[in-house]
Amino acid sequence: MRFSLEPRVSAPIWLNLALPVAAVAASMILCGGLIALAGANPVSAYAIMLKSALGGRNQIAETLVKAAPMILTGLAAVVAFRAKFWNIGAEGQLLAGAMAAVFIGTQPGLPTWSLVPLMLLASIAAGALCAAVPALLKQELKVDETICTLLLNFIILYAMMALLSGPWKDPVSGWADSPNIRMDAEFPILLHRTRLHLGILLAAVAAAAVWILFKKTTLGFGIDAVGENPRAAMHAGLNVKRLILVAAMTSGALAGLAGAGEVGGVQYQVLASISQGYGYSGLVVATLARLHPAGVIPAAVFLAAITVGADEMSRQTGVPVYLADVIQGIALLCMLIALIFIRYRVRIRVRAAA
Amino acid sequence: MAILDQILQIGFFAAMIRLAVPLLLGTLGEMFSERAGILNLGIEGIITLSAIAGFLVAYQTGNLWLAVLASALVGMVLGLVTGVLVVTLGLDQTVAGLGMTITCTGLAYFIYKLVFGAGGTPPSIEPFKTIALPFLSDIPFVGPVLFDQYALSYLAFILVPLTAFYLRHTPGGLSLRTAGENPLTAASAGVSVAKTRYKALMISGALMGLAGAFLNLAVFNSFSLGLVAGRGWICLALVVLGRWRPLPCALAALLFGGVEALQLRLQSSGFIDIPYPVFLMMPFLITLIAMMMVSRRVHAPAALLKPFHKEER
Amino acid sequence: MADQPPLLEMLGIDKRFGDVAANRQVDLTLRRGEVLGLLGENGAGKTTLMNILYGLYQADAGTIRVEGRTANIESPFDAIAAGIGMVHQHAEVVLRHTVIENLMTGKPAWRLMLDRRGVGKRLGEIGELYGLALDPNRLVADLSVGERQRLEIIHALLSDARILVLDEPTAVLTPQQAEGLFKAIRALTASGVGVIFISHKLNEIRAITSRVVVMRHGRVVAELANDGNLSNASLAQLMCGHELTPLPKAERKPGAALLRARDIVLRGVSSHAAAAPIDLSLHAGEIVGLAGVSGNGQAQLAETLAGVLQPAQGQITVLDQIIRHPTPRKLQDLGLAYLPEDRQGAGLIMSLSLVDSMILPRIHQSPFSRAGWIDRRKARDWVRSQIKRYDIRPDNPDMRTSLFSGGNQQKAIVARALFFAPRILIIAYPTRGLDVSATEFVYRELLNLRERGCAILVVSDDLEEIFTLSDRIAVMYESKIVLDVETSEATVAKVGLAMAGDYRSNDQPRNIKAPRDLGSARPAS
Repeated sequence: MRFSLEPRVSAPIWLNLALPVAAVAASMILCGGLIALAGANPVSAYAIMLKSALGGRNQIAETLVKAAPMILTGLAAVVAFRAKFWNIGAEGQLLAGAMAAVFIGTQPGLPTWSLVPLMLLASIAAGALCAAVPALLKQELKVDETICTLLLNFIILYAMMALLSGPWKDPVSGWADSPNIRMDAEFPILLHRTRLHLGILLAAVAAAAVWILFKKTTLGFGIDAVGENPRAAMHAGLNVKRLILVAAMTSGALAGLAGAGEVGGVQYQVLASISQGYGYSGLVVATLARLHPAGVIPAAVFLAAITVGADEMSRQTGVPVYLADVIQGIALLCMLIALIFIRYRVRIRVRAAA
Repeated sequence: MAILDQILQIGFFAAMIRLAVPLLLGTLGEMFSERAGILNLGIEGIITLSAIAGFLVAYQTGNLWLAVLASALVGMVLGLVTGVLVVTLGLDQTVAGLGMTITCTGLAYFIYKLVFGAGGTPPSIEPFKTIALPFLSDIPFVGPVLFDQYALSYLAFILVPLTAFYLRHTPGGLSLRTAGENPLTAASAGVSVAKTRYKALMISGALMGLAGAFLNLAVFNSFSLGLVAGRGWICLALVVLGRWRPLPCALAALLFGGVEALQLRLQSSGFIDIPYPVFLMMPFLITLIAMMMVSRRVHAPAALLKPFHKEER
Repeated sequence: MADQPPLLEMLGIDKRFGDVAANRQVDLTLRRGEVLGLLGENGAGKTTLMNILYGLYQADAGTIRVEGRTANIESPFDAIAAGIGMVHQHAEVVLRHTVIENLMTGKPAWRLMLDRRGVGKRLGEIGELYGLALDPNRLVADLSVGERQRLEIIHALLSDARILVLDEPTAVLTPQQAEGLFKAIRALTASGVGVIFISHKLNEIRAITSRVVVMRHGRVVAELANDGNLSNASLAQLMCGHELTPLPKAERKPGAALLRARDIVLRGVSSHAAAAPIDLSLHAGEIVGLAGVSGNGQAQLAETLAGVLQPAQGQITVLDQIIRHPTPRKLQDLGLAYLPEDRQGAGLIMSLSLVDSMILPRIHQSPFSRAGWIDRRKARDWVRSQIKRYDIRPDNPDMRTSLFSGGNQQKAIVARALFFAPRILIIAYPTRGLDVSATEFVYRELLNLRERGCAILVVSDDLEEIFTLSDRIAVMYESKIVLDVETSEATVAKVGLAMAGDYRSNDQPRNIKAPRDLGSARPAS
């Protein structure tokens, strides 16, 4: 028996929608084994996760709070990956954005009305700048951007920690965390008596903007063309270098914005654990979304729900909270496999033995 | 120059070699898969998961060599899994590799927490002791630096010429290189590209497993969540700096073992009063600077990152 | 003799790729010591059939017998074991390995060490026996195209191949190199090897083969003995299915020079070629044919004129305007359209829709976009109109480009280049992969553009095409223009010799600036 793949002319719509769900389901079933291994009942563990992530107003708000940075880092990965620029540096770019936001948010001289917009702008600029570095290094010095952005994640993380244990060290507590931003720099809360803040709106607007970018503009078309076939794009007169730089900086800007959201809406300061791996989750989100901006939102909400749910589930059942990471990783791999079925039809042939 | 005195001691060079070994094993492992045309971005996760596997075996049995074997085996299995994803299924190597890292790292932490729980002092084991080679270790300066090392270190350094010989002078090595340069040539010559790449990935995983074993059976005596701490990513860069050749890769690993040893010395010496994270940043920053200097002049294997399907049209 | 089974039989071979039947019930027989010509247009299924023989593809149905025994060929390894050797159209070699490393690839893996000495010795023996010598320690990257091909033949012979498949081996060779290859083929057949010779060059087929099998649309349509009575016309008719008709061409009315290239030295050429910089001008209402054996710089010259490559030296003038730092975009804006040689690699975007592939070079122009906003409806309407005009099949503008057949992709990219009625058109291999009727259509379109005053440069290695279309013919050899004449003054022999580097026998070509260099330009034989 041998399997062969035949290219599909077009995949039915139901398949496009069903495959991410199937990938996620497969991942959760596989991880059910881990839950059982940890001595808990997978079904009830997942029930707890579902309830604590989506079971009420507060829970949903918490999930959306977590989803906001994941939407933004997911969009960051979408923009970069569509240009085939492997920006794995959303983690570092997010931290840079967070630092920039704190820098602005702690300035005593700025008028109140300008604080939030300036924080957003500063974090966008910081993220874009951090992503421009690997893009320029790739173009001018041929430095592999995957390795470069991975290294930059650590460089930025340690730079931030140096800042926290040096100039920004809290003189009172001595903890390695930054001073708090001004009260009037804090993001408005959208839903009374929850932590749901402006960030989720920003993320939704960003998703819409990225969707329009790829659907309607020549810039988005150019990014797609460069990603799919840079030689053809170059021969057709597109400025390949500039398009990659723009894609990289847009990607970095989105990740930086996520940092502003965490500072302005959740922590009000920078601390070493501010990111919780949102940069890497962005890769999972983008893949689950099949690099489509509209898919980023459900994918990010799903991952956020897993993360929020795993916390509570861990508290109640003793299953380690890292289950959430494993689910993310396996969901990513399952989705990659599922993509094969969208592009190809699998044909099974039975061959008589010779 | 008190700093220089501090640095140029036997202890510094011994530490340099000790810290170079995991980098060396990881770099050789990565080089194996890249020479066959596969970027193994799972490296960080594979090292982590095989490290915890080895640690568990050592913790349960007290047998360190059994632990080393377990690490290597887990690494090999993970190499096999990577093979299914990127060779058989032809998935994108960058994203699939990162998926492997996310999964393996998560799994390692999960297992660690599951076995040892959250609380108290981290569990520890009796780690490997150095073996002073008779006579050789008596040579002044060179002896204690080079010939008073762990058994795994000796093994790692012996692997370098062995790898070079394998790639250059054996049919298997030639097939591997051909699969990484031009898979169609390999296929036309009757070499199974898939088998060759699977083999390379399994060797690659086993070596990464050894790197993980060395980290918590020799360098540290316990497993911690930050054990690998980006060393896998540095190995990726070292392969580039070593121009995908075993000997230069080994030199690059030694050099960065030195950077790490230096970083630790400076951190503990207290000579320079800057926040400690700056020291932690050093290896990454220097790696990046080195990448900036050499990347223009090196050439990756021609078929790196390109999946190979016979019937593609 | 009669009861000895033939060397190779392929019976009832079927192969489908998706909805396309590449081979349909193909039968093929090869005898010892014969050269079998396998003839057919691009896409007729020749290469697919040979890839099945070599185990690179699996047939959907059919049997292969070698010397009367059924051979189960599932991989090249099985094919090699059965005594089958393959030389690909583009030599599949490892550039960064040495000659001997390439030859040792795939040798039995049970050996502990590579057998450098043994293989080197056999390399020498084969060199003497068949006139195929190569230095074992040279890096393949330094070998010429012909030498790389020789390397592949030697590789096959080292594995004791008794059946040798040569897939369009002369496509990249000069006539002299091709003659050397033929000599080797004769030596091989004399020792009992059977050779399958794939080509669509009729003269070669007639010269070297003893039998000819003609394929069309995946089927064998004729099997003929080469008894000396075959004619190009009859073979062409079998291959194409209908008679070739010559094209009517209007009187030439050349106008002003629209594009001038002065003292151009292509990037990355040897100092030898740099000593004879290129001068070329394209006039309104004129078609210039740029001929040459592929790899002699025609593609680079076309790319340079289109702004894709920067010249190492020299100046490009468009419409009397000197273009500093030419880019594709600048030249496009001045009315230049360009069709690159490598349509899949540099022309279309295989993974995007046909619409996206077709609007790619004009994305910044009206009607497809305005101020950065794309009008997808207009783009799709335009693509639909082109699909109708060029009969592109299937007529689905939203289908992924890669799912169209090679010929339909070519139609799309030609439509893209021709539609914008540019002032200057640079078009490489315009009819590659097109069937006869589509080829005629493209020729007529090109002549129409010429009527309308467009300046056209056609790059091709097909002399028939060059002579059919061109008002003037330029020939490139080793990155220089060695001949530039009016078509009326050119003969096939003259152009052919110039392509092979033998241009001294012609009148002094007017573009050669450094005559002292001419002596060293003869090809090594």
